[in-house]
Amino acid sequence: MKRTGIYFWTGAALFLGGALLMTQLIGNQYPFFAGYVILQFIVLAVSWSILGGYAGYVNFGTAAFFGMGVYTAVFLFKATGAPLPVQIAAAAAVGALMGFALGLLTLRMQGIFFSIATIAATIIIETAITNWRYVGGAAGIQLQRPAVTAPFDNYVEMLFFVQALLVVLAVAVSRYIQRSWMGRGLQALKDDELAAECTGVPTLRLKLMACVISGALMCAAGAPSAMYLQYADPSSAFNLNYSVSTLAMSLIGGTAHWAGPVIGAIVLGTTQQLLTVTISSEVNVLVLGVMLVLFVVAAPEGIIGLVRRFRRKRNEGEG
Amino acid sequence: MMEAETQTPLLRISALTKRFGGFTALDNVSVDIPPGERFGLIGPNGSGKTTLINCISGAFRTEPGTVTFRDEDITRLQPHMRTRRGIARSFQIPRPFRSMTVAENLMVGLDFAADTSVIVSEAQRREAMMSILTRMGLASKANVSANQLSQVELRKMELARAMATHPKLLISDEAMAGLSSSEVDEVLDLLMSLADQDITIIMIEHIMQAVMRFSDRVMCLEAGKIIAIGTPDEVMANQRVQEAYLGT
Ligand SMILES: Nc1ncnc2c1ncn2[C@@H]1O[C@H](COP(=O)(O)OP(=O)(O)OP(=O)(O)O)[C@@H](O)[C@H]1O
Ligand SMILES: [Mg+2]
Repeated sequence: MKRTGIYFWTGAALFLGGALLMTQLIGNQYPFFAGYVILQFIVLAVSWSILGGYAGYVNFGTAAFFGMGVYTAVFLFKATGAPLPVQIAAAAAVGALMGFALGLLTLRMQGIFFSIATIAATIIIETAITNWRYVGGAAGIQLQRPAVTAPFDNYVEMLFFVQALLVVLAVAVSRYIQRSWMGRGLQALKDDELAAECTGVPTLRLKLMACVISGALMCAAGAPSAMYLQYADPSSAFNLNYSVSTLAMSLIGGTAHWAGPVIGAIVLGTTQQLLTVTISSEVNVLVLGVMLVLFVVAAPEGIIGLVRRFRRKRNEGEG
Repeated sequence: MMEAETQTPLLRISALTKRFGGFTALDNVSVDIPPGERFGLIGPNGSGKTTLINCISGAFRTEPGTVTFRDEDITRLQPHMRTRRGIARSFQIPRPFRSMTVAENLMVGLDFAADTSVIVSEAQRREAMMSILTRMGLASKANVSANQLSQVELRKMELARAMATHPKLLISDEAMAGLSSSEVDEVLDLLMSLADQDITIIMIEHIMQAVMRFSDRVMCLEAGKIIAIGTPDEVMANQRVQEAYLGT
């Protein structure tokens, strides 16, 4: 137990050190532009899985949380000129509140009804923002980046590193949940909600906690996006693509282990970036769809499930 | 019997009624169960036995009627709160946590409803888990996936998982259905040994020899009403009970 913790935190430190080193050594901006998007999707997929994977409540409203993160940052920046860390922290608070409200309203519903409610919530929130003049309304809003902070000499490089920090935060939280009593309770209620209740699991409270944590992290992931694009508009901030991609990444990676969504986001995110550069961004959607279908049919447990099956076979072969 | 009735009951069900739409599944049921009793619950199919269990464990809300456990009105409590107060149950159709091993199934109970005055550390939880599994004859299956258990093993695991919540009242819903006669004896012996440990047990069963051997007292339901309650012999000799059973 102890040793895996040391490995994990060493890995996290190496990852952050590597990201920081990249920003100091690489002059070309493109790797940071592309890398930022992949990191952002890792945060989204990992956070999504806390509710969608561990508890089995499929949230189609990732875009609602992401978009609210974007607009929390936009609002704070416009109103007070708040610095980036404040924007992110505020977005996390907003996401937690949203998760709590959504959870209270919908988590009593089972599976599919919860999913439908999350889609409805996305539409309602997007409509509200579209009609809010102060943050630009439907036309969107232009943002001027402030000066960059040392040791970075470029804003995108800094955002890249900030998103890397969020990755470590999200993964650490997800890993902690998976290994704690909370993870055990979520797994139990995913298997059988009534049996879980009758074994002492406070199912509603656990689902709410998962929804709050997941929402806070997804919202936080959206906050730096405003400065990344220097622009925000409702139809891209609340784009359905965030919901679909996040879900696909989590499922393709596998949700039984915290590493699943990380792997899924890296594989799919990288593929998407390569396709955008080499062919076009429209092909992305097609590839996403095909991969999702392939996995749902051939490997419903995702990449993590494939790895586990392979290991078990090998162990049996030896034994 | 006399002493049992002067004691405060462990569980008191008063004037409990449960309707599904226009259909009355339980009709004004009242019964007291004293601590330490081995209580048999019988009745033809569809007579409301499982419904009564669902009302006691909190899976169903009841209206009207009250459930009192150890002098506390628990009618409005959620199931997990009742479990933590000491009411555990098994399910007629086993409902294991299928993605978990047998050991993990028990750990859920130990994580969320263990006796925290005795069990504090992770090591103590593991120890408690292994000791329950050993008693239930499942020790060798600890690391087997719940998906791979046989019928009798599943039934035992249901009871073991219930035991992990350190119940004062254990309700077993047809834990012996579909088992061979030697397996029935095995499960019955298990329940007997639990009863010897100050655990009050409500046992629902269709197998009459098992009910007769096990129970201090038997209650028979028919169409949601109590038609007989008393010693096993009294209830078996009851005219209406015989009709209810022959009639179906
Ligand atoms: N959730 C429900 N919704 C509607 N009707 C129900 C529900 N649960 C039980 N019933 C009905 O209530 C009646 C009593 O059912 P219950 O399961 O309590 O019977 P039982 O005595 O346990 O029977 P068995 O011996 O077959 O297990 C049945 O007619 C059943 O159809
Ligand atoms: Mg029944």
